[in-house]
Amino acid sequence: MRLFAPLIAIAAAFGAATVLGETTPPAAISGYDFLTPENQALQDDEFANPGMLWVETGARLWGESCASCHAEGSMAGVAARYPQWDERLGRVINLEQRINNERQTRLGLEPLVYESEELLGLTAFISNQSRGMPIDVKIDGPAAGSFARGRDFFYARRGQLNLSCANCHEQHVGDHLRAETISQGQTNGFPIYRALWQEMGSTHRMFAWCNVAVRAEPYELGSQEYVDLELFQRWRSTGLTIETPAIRR
Amino acid sequence: MPNTRIKVPATAKAGEAVPIRAIIQHPMENGYRVTSQGSPVPVDIVTDFVCTYDGNEVFRVKLEPGISANPYFEFYLTATKSGPVEFWWRDQHGEETTASAHLEVT
Repeated sequence: MRLFAPLIAIAAAFGAATVLGETTPPAAISGYDFLTPENQALQDDEFANPGMLWVETGARLWGESCASCHAEGSMAGVAARYPQWDERLGRVINLEQRINNERQTRLGLEPLVYESEELLGLTAFISNQSRGMPIDVKIDGPAAGSFARGRDFFYARRGQLNLSCANCHEQHVGDHLRAETISQGQTNGFPIYRALWQEMGSTHRMFAWCNVAVRAEPYELGSQEYVDLELFQRWRSTGLTIETPAIRR
Repeated sequence: MPNTRIKVPATAKAGEAVPIRAIIQHPMENGYRVTSQGSPVPVDIVTDFVCTYDGNEVFRVKLEPGISANPYFEFYLTATKSGPVEFWWRDQHGEETTASAHLEVT
């Protein structure tokens, strides 16, 4: 909320230039590189990284259900490919939705509530197995429509401050909002342990938080709008590796 | 019972100072926050953390609301003889959480 005042000033400073989507992502810089050395050390410390608490929650839940089919460690590389087109559902889904879909169709369990400790834990546990692996999402074929919508979302101005994601995370990377350095808004570390929240948060919670920060009405977590944006964002992260559980401010 | 993570070296030489690490998952609500509707969020914290080595207390902390979420402690312990290193937390509601590891002194 304390970001509002500088954002208003920046909103006024931005011109009306239309930014078009690019065909190749610009060189990606991980949010890790915008952290203080202390926070980088915290992320690198496998023990002290508080995100590992959620990874352990996920590991426990995995053992209770998923492990009856999937071998241990079999999820390596999976998170790097999501969001992904699902033939049966006929739409692009993200990792959280894949987990819930598997629970419902294979195990006959109730879907986990989006942003619940359980779903965050499982997502973190599965993503953590891809730590260090390069992001590689498919944006062509059936996913092309979803990707285009996500790109449009990224470049569309919204909210009372009339800012698009790109206004900050593309045009003002490295500049400051008071003490905050503006990052590229990469999603390669999600779910993240965010110092502001003092807990784990999903990509969609971050999207919603950013939307509220520009005084726009956020979409629902798990909505197709955010999944599309997530696909575009993952593609923007091409060249980066998975860092889950990342520490962010 | 909240998640905990502890780290005690499996072995140590007698007289060696070994690092001990412990973390507990807890929101540590300080009581000063309000919800989006303006109603106050009550205090909810872990109040005590104790570590014992071979039955003797070696580390005790009284936690206050100013401590951030998921309190993490790291300290050193002089290894004297083989024995259990036990960890104990208690929150303000009296709920207790424990964890333990064995330190082998060679």
